[in-house]
This record gives sequence, structure tokens and C-alpha cells, in this order.
Amino acid sequence: MRNLTRSFAVALSVTLASVSGQAFAEDSSKPIVIPTHNWSSQVVMAYVIGGIFENMGNNVEYVPADTQAVYEAIRNGDVTISHEVWQSTFGASFYNAMAKGGIIDAGTHAAMTLEEMGVPQYVIDDNLCPGLPNWEALANCPEVFATADSGGKGRWLEGPQSWHGDQMPERLAGLGLDDKYMVKFAGSADALWAELESAKKERRGVITFNWTPNFTDAEGFVFIEFPEFFQGCRVGDGGDGACGSPKGWLKKAANYKFPKTHPAAYTAFSKISFTSTDIGQMAALVDIDKMSHQDAAKAWLAAHEDVWKPFTE
Amino acid sequence: MKLLKNHPKYVHFIALLTVFFLLCLTVTPNETNILWRLPPLFAGLPGSINGFAEHLMYDWFPVEIYDPELEEYETSALVRELTRGFSRGVLFCIEFVREILLGGVKTIVVFTSWDFVGDNKWAVWPALPWTVVSGGVMLLGYALRGKALALLAGLATAYIAIFGQWEPAMETLSFVLIAAPVSCLLGLFLGAVAYKSKAAETILMPLLNVAQTMPHFSYLIPVMVFFGVGDHAGAIATIIFATPPMIRLTLLGLKRVSLEVIEAGAMNGCTNAQMMFKVLIPTARRDILIGTNQVIMQCLAMAVIASFIGAKGLGFNLLLALNQLRIGQALELGICIVLIAVVLDKLSLAWANKQTDYFADYRFVQRHKYGIFFLVFLVACVMLSVLGKFIFAGGINYFHLIPHNQGITTELFWQSGVDWMVENWYRGLQTFNNWLIIDVLMPMKTAYLGMPVSATFVLVMGIGFIIGGLRSALIVGGLLLFIAFTEWWDRALITAYMTSFAVLVSALIGIVVGSLCAQNSFASKLILVVCDTLQTFPSFIYLIPVIMLFGVTDTSVLIAVIVYATIPAVRYTVEGLSSVPATLQDAGSMAGVNKLQRWVNIEMPLAFPHIMLGVNQTVVFALFMVIIGAMIGTDDLGQYILKALSDKNGIGNGLMLGLCVAFLGLAVDHLIRTWADQKKVALGMA
Repeated sequence: MRNLTRSFAVALSVTLASVSGQAFAEDSSKPIVIPTHNWSSQVVMAYVIGGIFENMGNNVEYVPADTQAVYEAIRNGDVTISHEVWQSTFGASFYNAMAKGGIIDAGTHAAMTLEEMGVPQYVIDDNLCPGLPNWEALANCPEVFATADSGGKGRWLEGPQSWHGDQMPERLAGLGLDDKYMVKFAGSADALWAELESAKKERRGVITFNWTPNFTDAEGFVFIEFPEFFQGCRVGDGGDGACGSPKGWLKKAANYKFPKTHPAAYTAFSKISFTSTDIGQMAALVDIDKMSHQDAAKAWLAAHEDVWKPFTE
Repeated sequence: MKLLKNHPKYVHFIALLTVFFLLCLTVTPNETNILWRLPPLFAGLPGSINGFAEHLMYDWFPVEIYDPELEEYETSALVRELTRGFSRGVLFCIEFVREILLGGVKTIVVFTSWDFVGDNKWAVWPALPWTVVSGGVMLLGYALRGKALALLAGLATAYIAIFGQWEPAMETLSFVLIAAPVSCLLGLFLGAVAYKSKAAETILMPLLNVAQTMPHFSYLIPVMVFFGVGDHAGAIATIIFATPPMIRLTLLGLKRVSLEVIEAGAMNGCTNAQMMFKVLIPTARRDILIGTNQVIMQCLAMAVIASFIGAKGLGFNLLLALNQLRIGQALELGICIVLIAVVLDKLSLAWANKQTDYFADYRFVQRHKYGIFFLVFLVACVMLSVLGKFIFAGGINYFHLIPHNQGITTELFWQSGVDWMVENWYRGLQTFNNWLIIDVLMPMKTAYLGMPVSATFVLVMGIGFIIGGLRSALIVGGLLLFIAFTEWWDRALITAYMTSFAVLVSALIGIVVGSLCAQNSFASKLILVVCDTLQTFPSFIYLIPVIMLFGVTDTSVLIAVIVYATIPAVRYTVEGLSSVPATLQDAGSMAGVNKLQRWVNIEMPLAFPHIMLGVNQTVVFALFMVIIGAMIGTDDLGQYILKALSDKNGIGNGLMLGLCVAFLGLAVDHLIRTWADQKKVALGMA
């Protein structure tokens, strides 16, 4: 009898433990808030990841947010995740928010990114500046890249200053090119694309900041080969800045409560790892096939179950 | 000596310029030279503001909050819980309106739970067919005004639906339908309070001045930190942006109510409340309606900016389209924004002007004929939409809702138009662009940056002294001193250079175009419609073609600024010239003046104070656009405001930079306003 009671008690506690364990493992039905920014691959991926979560039985909500301000929002819990944290463009904002607390690193995509100065393919094809993409060729043809406001020097069109501060002017100085080139900061990614589009029509020389994977990959964009990056080469780290960008990571971020409120979804999210090819396919459905972002996500999910199903298991 | 006696101001002015140029030539550019640049005493201030805001938000007055998701208590701060609670309230209102229009589950969730909705798949509010909304708005237009308004409303809603922008348009509409009435009521309330109490007016006025000149970018981050991201944050930022003109115009209108009207009210024994609602506000209706018009314009002008902090709808889709350089699509979205603005404006105007018929003795059916008609229409449209399910089996149900970007589109036409422009005009424009940058803009920028701080103060305070005496000199000097003590004086000089160039060109174009249009009543009406359209049309759309033609240069920024800043110059010129009394015109005709003489000698002098107020607005608009020009690429205050979005001290930097811009605007505003007021007194118009 005593034995029976004990075994019963053990059985009960085991059942209770498994029940409560299950209760903890179950995701909250509150929606997971996914931010959408203003470029195609990011928006499609938002709907793709949202689709994966919905497939797992979660509720999802999308909210437009500024690319830099979103990390503050994740920290505060107004947005749950961010699925495209680009190293050199958003690294600063991401780590600033992390230092204040409330945001966690949810792993890295397989896709390696490169964010670097470069030229459109036709600059190489037309041989506008012989020797490119090697950076040393730049010294011989600043006039190809000169504009009205560059004071006779060649112009590097950088992204907004909030992306990498004074890295590019410092690199020019470090490479000894600053008497031949100057840096102009564009105000937004749109400004970069408009300049590239306009230059393409004239097939004129232009050096802009760009990244890959990106929609410009389709038409061809060649990154300039600078001296290889090494730790401590940047001016901020005590170097002279005379090196290119490192191959960068593409991270995922989440609010610190996400693993607790949605353990299953979080596990899947931390496993999600898209390759450059995946990202390229997502962007192409919108940019080239002119699908809407939602439809593109549905089409991608339908066609690539083999890629995303394993994340959810 | 005779000159000094007749025109003392000219002599003062020449003396002032002499001192200014002497200082420019003699002061050596050296960072430690206090005559060259003031030390950045306020450099630590953004950090402190930031620290204060974060303390308030995260540490001050900790409260224990139970988190039902985690089943545990956690520490939060009182302010944070209060603002989040407020946000939830605003969001609920927006979602409620949105789900009436587009359907959804969130309103049901508020009263039940996500689990309930997950378990009960039937618990979804259905979307209204677009035909119902369209017909409803037409009916409303007809009831309020007549056939013309019904036609306008019908065409506008049909455009939105057929071009496949229904969903984003309704999303935008739902947050405007909350933000605009709140702004109007808040503005009306604060305006009335300011009218009643002198103390309230004294406190409100400087706040209004700052709020109206501060660029909206600079308070996005504080709004986001305090209220979170989402439609509610967009609505809150919009309310901050749209309320000030309403307050100002309410106050102006109430002050204009003549004493006789108030006395008549008092004689009839009005209580305080009756006096306000039955006498003062109806009498001041004209100005209050201009206020409402401004609120609606401002709300839709914010549609794009609000999407930076989470407002869904047309603004977000527009930014997305522009990022893909799909200018045609962005243009169609922009037109939707303008159409919503126009229809809302006309409807609110018609509603406010509708007279109540107190004597009519209608039967039930007569009194409620529009309501009944709408119900019949609703049923008919819902049936049509169900029928549509079978007609368009498997495809898009055109009678219910045309999905985003699946309607007809003129995108290709605009796209090829832009391509054609770039291909054919680029070379020709490049010569002009080079000349402008090398011979005009660069020297001007260098000159501004080469000004010692002492010379700037002498010049600006001297002008203040000549115009308004010691008081003006001190006000203007104080405003500039704030900027000079920050680290951003050089940035402010660049902002000043771009703004002053744009204002010069805009004022010139505005006055010429305005004068030409004012000669003919049809032309003046037309140009006012163009002004309204351009004011709500999102400027982001023309930034892209402009960049394609002029590159990422100051030229592009200035063109965008000039397009926008010319609007008030034109508007005020037309208004000023058409308010010149007819008797004076007749007197002129009798004296035998020709058109040109009339313009130079009669109309211009009389309308000039009003036109100067237009120039004043031009300065404010130009400052605004110079800041948005940061999206193209500038190195002025705007670029730093944009950068504040990712800064560690984002809140502090954003607000301080915003204040710098506001103070620049206010200094100019003070000078022009003082001068115009004096002129009005001199002309006997005040």
C-alpha cells in the first residue's frame, strides 16, 4: 500500500512536471511583432519568417519601422525581432541598444555579406578606369569619377554618415588617395540607387557604397579590392584605416522576453539561417518578377519547404 | 546730414554693414579665438537630456507589473506604464476604425483574447466591400453639400480602389480619422483656454512657436521611446505636428469676434458655456475652418514621415516604392494621399457650413432618409460582393476589394517619362548644374562658413535693433546664442546658407507668379488649388527624379526646397493682392494708372505686409525641406538629426538639433513679423 502510494505520488509528480513543462514550452498566443523596412529582401523575408511562425501556430503582426530606430523599439518590447542586422550598417545601433539591455543576439545567417565601395559592371566593361577593381588603379583616373561639387577630385558616394561615421574619409587618407578623391555622404539608400540608375543611362563612371546580397547583383556590381581587412586596421582601433571592409555577418536580434514567451518560435528563429541565394531569390520575386511582397513570400515558402521546414523541427 | 535726418534707418544699416565687413576681414579664424567661434558650452546638454528622459522612462518611480505571459512580476517604471497604457488606448481607436473599413480580429481580441480568436475561426470582423465605403462617402457628400461634392468623393474613392491602393489608403485613413479630430478638438480647446486666460496664452505662444518651426524628424525618437512604434506613435507625432495651427487660428478667430456680438450674447443671458459654444465659436467659424483645413493638410503631409515610426498605409508603401525607384507607383500613391486630403477637407468644410433647420417638421422617413438609403445600399453592395465571389470565381473579387497593386496602373507611363527626361535632359542640365554649384553655391557656402561668430551677431542683432529696437535685438541675439553654444554652429551656418538661397528664389518666384495670377479671379482660384495639392503631395516623390537629373548635390536639395517653399509665397501674394480694397483700385483707375503702375504704386505697397508674412512662412517651409533634404545628402543640421536616429544620445541630440532649427526659424520670424506689424500700422491696416 505504501509502495503504491509512493509510486502514485511519483507518477503524479512526473505527470505534473510534464504537464507544467509542456505549459512552459507552449508559445503565447500574443502576436510576434516583425518590423518591415524599406527594401525588398527585408520585407519579403519578414513575411517569410512570419509565414514560418504562422505555420507553427503563432500569431504574427507586421509594423513598419525605421532601420536605425528599430533596435530601440526591440529593446523596449514594442517590436519582437529583427531578422536582418547588417554588420557595418546597423552594427552600431544594434550594439548601442544591446549595451542598454533588453535586446539579444539570436544567431547569424549563413549568408556572408560584403558592404564596400564599388562600381557598376559597365565601368569595368567599358574600361573607364584601367586596372579596376584593384584599388591602386583609382590613383590614375579621379577625373572619371569627378562631379560638379567635388572640386576636381573624384567622388566616392558613401551612405549616410550614420552608417559608418568617417570610415571612408579615413580610408582615403590612409591609402594616400585623399588628394585625388573626396567623400560625399548620401542621405539615404534611395539616393544611392537614384544616382546609380542615372549614371547607368549615361554609362558614366561612379563609385558608390553598396552591399551584397542586393538587388543590384542582378545587373552586375563590382566591389573595389582594397588591402585586406585585419583587426586593428581602422582608425578607431588605432590603425591608419588603409584597408577594405571585412566579410560581414548578417545577424538576427530579438527582445529578451521572446525566448520565454514563445520558446518554440524562438528556437525556430534562432535556427533560421538563410544563404545569399535564398535572399537573392526572395528579392528577385519582387524586384524582377514584380510580385507583391506578401505573394512573393508565399511563393518562396511554397517552393522551398526543404529549406525552412528543418528550422521548425 | 540731411540723409541721416530723412532716412535714419538707411544710415544705420550702412554703418552696420561696415562694422560687419570689418569684423569679417579682421577676425582671425582660430578655434580658440572667441570672436571667431564661441566655445561649445552646451556640448554636454544632449547627454543630460537623454539621461533625464531615460531615467524618467526606466527608473523613476518603479512599479511591480505582473506579466501574464511569463507568470511573473517584473519591475517597470510608472511613466513607462502610463505612456504604454495611453498608446494602447490610441491604438485601439485606430484599429477599431481600421477594422470597420478593412476587417480583422484585433478589436475582438481586445474584448476576448488571442486564444479565443485562435480557437474560434469565425470570430473575424469582415471587411466592408469598397463599393459600400465609396457609396457611403458619396452619400455623405450629397447630404452635406450636393451633387458636386458627391461626384468628387465618388471619383476619388473609385480612383483609389481601381488603382489597387484600397488597403493602404484605408490604413492611412483610419489613422487620420483619429489624429485629425483629436488635433481639431485639442486645438479648439487650447485656443479657447488661451482666449479666456492671458496667462495660458503667454505660456502657449512660445511653445507653439517652437512646435511649428521644429522639424518633425527631431521628435520622432522621443515619441518612439515614450510611446513605442506603431500606428499610435505615428498618430501621436501627427497630432503634435497638426495641432499648433489649429490653436493659433482658433485664438485668432475668437479674438476677432466683435464686442457687439458678445454683448448681444450677454444680454440674452448666456452662461459661460453657452457663450463659448453658441456665440463665440460659431461667429469665429471662418478662422476655425481654416484651422481645420490646415489640420487635415498637416495630417496627410505627415503620412510619409509617420511611417518611420510604424504608421502603416500609403506612406510606408510609398517609401518602399521609392526604394525600388518605382516612381510611377510612388506617384499613384502620392495622388491617393492628395485625394484623401481633398475629400476630407471638403467634407469637413461642408459639414461645418451646414445650417441646422430648426423649424422643419419631418416625418421619421424624411428625417432619416439618408440613413435608410445607406442601409439599403449596404445590403445591395454586400449582395453584389457575394455575387462577385461567383462571377470572378478563383480570381480577384473586384466587387469586394482589389488587392494592393493589382489594379490598373499607369506606372509604365511615368517610368518611361522619367527615363526619357534623364536620357534627354541630363547633359543639358549638367552645364547649368556645374555653373550653379561652382560659381554660386560653393562661394556662398564658403562665405557663410567664413563668417566670424562676432560678425554674425553684430549683423543679426543690428538688424533686430534697426527694426524693433533693443527688445528685438535681445530676442534675436538670445536665440542665436543658444545655437552658438552648441557644437553645431558650423552646421547651422550651412542650414542658413541653403535656406537663405532657397528663400530668395522662392520669394521671387512666388511674388511674380502670385501677382500674375491675382490679375484674374479664375487664375487665382486655380493657383490656390495647385498650392493645396503641392502642400499635401509627398515631397519624397520628386526627390528621386531630381537626384537622377542633378546628382547627390546641393542643387537637388535646393530644387526640392524651392518647389515646396514657393507655395506660401504664392498663396499669401494672391491673398494679399486680392484683399486690396476696390475703392482704392477705382481711385487709381480714375487717376489714369496703367496695369503696371497700379501694381507698383497701389497694390504692392498695400499688400506688402501680408506678402511679407508669406515670406515668413516661406522661411519656415524652406527650413523644413532643407532638413528633409538630408535624405538626399547634406552636411547641415538635418544630416545630424537623421543621424540622431541611431545615436546613443538620440533623444537629446534630436531635440537639441530640432531646437537649433526652430530658433533659426524663430529669429527670422521675429524680425519679419515685427517689421510687417509696423508697416501695417503705418498703412493704417492694423
